Amino acid sequence: MTVVHENLEATDAKMSARDVSVFYGDKKAIDEVSIEIPTKYVTAFIGPSGCGKSTFLRTLNRMNDTIPSARVEGDITLDGEDIYRSKMDVVQLRARVGMVFQKPNPFPKSIYENIAYGPKIHGLAEGKDELDAIVERSLKRAGLWEEVKDRLQDSGTALSGGQQQRLCIARAIAVDPEVILMDEPCSALDPIATAKIEELIAELNGRYAIVIVTHSMQQAARVSQRTAFFHLGKMVEYGRTSDIFTNPLEQRTQDYITGRYG
Amino acid sequence: MSPTILLLLALGLGLAGWLAARARAWTLRRESADGRLSSLPTYHAWYVALWIVLPVLAFIALWSAIAPGLISQAVLSSPAAADLPAFGFQRQTILNEARAVATGAAPAVFNPQARDLVEPFRDALSYYNTIGIVVTLLIAFLAGTWAFLRLKPDFAARTRVERIVMAILLAASLVAILTTIGILASLIFETVRFFGLVSPIDFLFGTHWGPDPMANPDNPDASRYGAIPLFWGTLFIGAIIAMIVAIPLGLMSAIYLTQYANPKVRSWVKPALEILAGVPTVVYGYFAALTIAPAIRDLAIDLGASNPSSESALAAGLVMGVMIIPFVSSMADDSIAAVPQSMRDGSLAMGATTNETIRRVLVPAALPGIVAGVMLAISRAIGETMIVVMAASTAANLSGNPLESMTTVTVQIVAMLTGEGSFDHPATLSAFALGFVLFMVTLGLNFVALRVVKRYREAYE
Repeated sequence: MTVVHENLEATDAKMSARDVSVFYGDKKAIDEVSIEIPTKYVTAFIGPSGCGKSTFLRTLNRMNDTIPSARVEGDITLDGEDIYRSKMDVVQLRARVGMVFQKPNPFPKSIYENIAYGPKIHGLAEGKDELDAIVERSLKRAGLWEEVKDRLQDSGTALSGGQQQRLCIARAIAVDPEVILMDEPCSALDPIATAKIEELIAELNGRYAIVIVTHSMQQAARVSQRTAFFHLGKMVEYGRTSDIFTNPLEQRTQDYITGRYG
Repeated sequence: MSPTILLLLALGLGLAGWLAARARAWTLRRESADGRLSSLPTYHAWYVALWIVLPVLAFIALWSAIAPGLISQAVLSSPAAADLPAFGFQRQTILNEARAVATGAAPAVFNPQARDLVEPFRDALSYYNTIGIVVTLLIAFLAGTWAFLRLKPDFAARTRVERIVMAILLAASLVAILTTIGILASLIFETVRFFGLVSPIDFLFGTHWGPDPMANPDNPDASRYGAIPLFWGTLFIGAIIAMIVAIPLGLMSAIYLTQYANPKVRSWVKPALEILAGVPTVVYGYFAALTIAPAIRDLAIDLGASNPSSESALAAGLVMGVMIIPFVSSMADDSIAAVPQSMRDGSLAMGATTNETIRRVLVPAALPGIVAGVMLAISRAIGETMIVVMAASTAANLSGNPLESMTTVTVQIVAMLTGEGSFDHPATLSAFALGFVLFMVTLGLNFVALRVVKRYREAYE
């Protein structure tokens, strides 16, 4: 089963998954994955296409609920609370566990409204001034403020791809989540925009628990402290990023990071 | 009779040309140095065939337009025609009768004057038929020979045939456009005649409608041609009452079908909704007149109205609204479904509920499409005739009370055209002016709606 490196220092686990399996209809997409997502680090999920890393990511904020045929088994906890228990409020969960998608998906609204969307639906701001402050703070944290402060009323869809993705990160930050899930956030972006997002992830590191799914091993090596390697629906190996890339314990991990397949 | 013969002749000649040209092309191919032609032999064949058939068809069209005139001329100049009534109805009847007998369409004449004309008619017919056939043959021969002589190994028959085919396709697509222009032209012509009798100001802004088809046609009472009550009735029934029914129901069913219904429910409900669009409007008319209108009258009595109308605007509007539901819902359905899944995911991942996602993201994003659907629905509703003819009354009434009877533009068009007035009476002509106004309004609505849809389509591409 999963090989977990033994030299991992004990950290607070923000989220933890125990024996999680995901089914699409009868097909098992994820097979008994157990992992602890640390509070202070960036965790990267790597693996070849179709290995289930995105599917597993989506179980962490129950986005798989939107797919009628998907079914999740096992336990996933956030701060020790089971997020799949029947009393769990999905709305609350998703406010605490935010998500950034593969393709930038700003709403066809103004930049301001894109950021204000979450605070409005969760009632985080009392009055216009407070909302303005949240919008400004979120855009600043996402490193977008200087570029858009004079055109907050322009449509979010008019920004460049990289700016749109940072807008989506700002939108996720605006509701002050504890965990941010990023599903291949740079796969639709050019190298310069990618570098900016990676910089941003480095800045956000420590403030939020971040989980990033990526195809690029260099990216995982650059931005993350923990790496999990997925293959055929199983988590093969999990450890410090430096160890996974320099000293993998499993042959399959070794083969993947040296580019023998995937 | 004679156009049919000419048509068959043209096709036969075309076939002959086709076969001859193909044989010629094969020969050319055998004789040419490298055994190749720049086009396949069939293209040569089609080239010649088209050169025969198209000029002949053009001639036939022209000939069938002018030949009847020439024949009548010939008959009228014969001595037997000298004692015909000078002009008008009787004279035409006699001529028609003689023609029918001469062509064999009628067995015998009733009118003795017509009997004398049968012979001249027969002569003229055969004379001009012969001319027609001879000219057809001549044209086919000349055009065919000209095309045939152009065939050479390096003759680009293919490109020419493709060009002719393209021209034919273009002509086919022009038919619909030209028909629209023709309809508009005839409407404008009659409308101008009407406005020569009644001023457009009185028509467009007058508030009393009650044309009298029996009044003196040369000096109409312009105060009876005020169309405002009709415009109001049309708007009130088609754009207000019907839309109050259709917009919420259509939009909500679209939201349910795209966002909440599971695939099994959707596969039943959506076709059922579309059946509504296939119900003939006359059936809605029965339903409105026989079921809804009496029910509304009874309800009005229960509510204490004295002497309510049994042909209320409400009945027609409600049923029309139901008829329009599929238009609104299918346009709304399409435009909501066209909003990318990533928008929905993005909103749900922010912790929005399905309901918030629909209200704050999906419907605003789909709004242009929904608005366009509503505009098309309005244009459909105000042009709708059958329901209002059956369920609304013909009494023009400028009122805001939906329980009163009202009439619409389309109802009055029907009433005026089927009335007893003569065709050039202003009461009859007013139907064209009404039709023209309706045409312009629906044209404008459709135009704006299509523009909106187009812009919105580009938004996600």
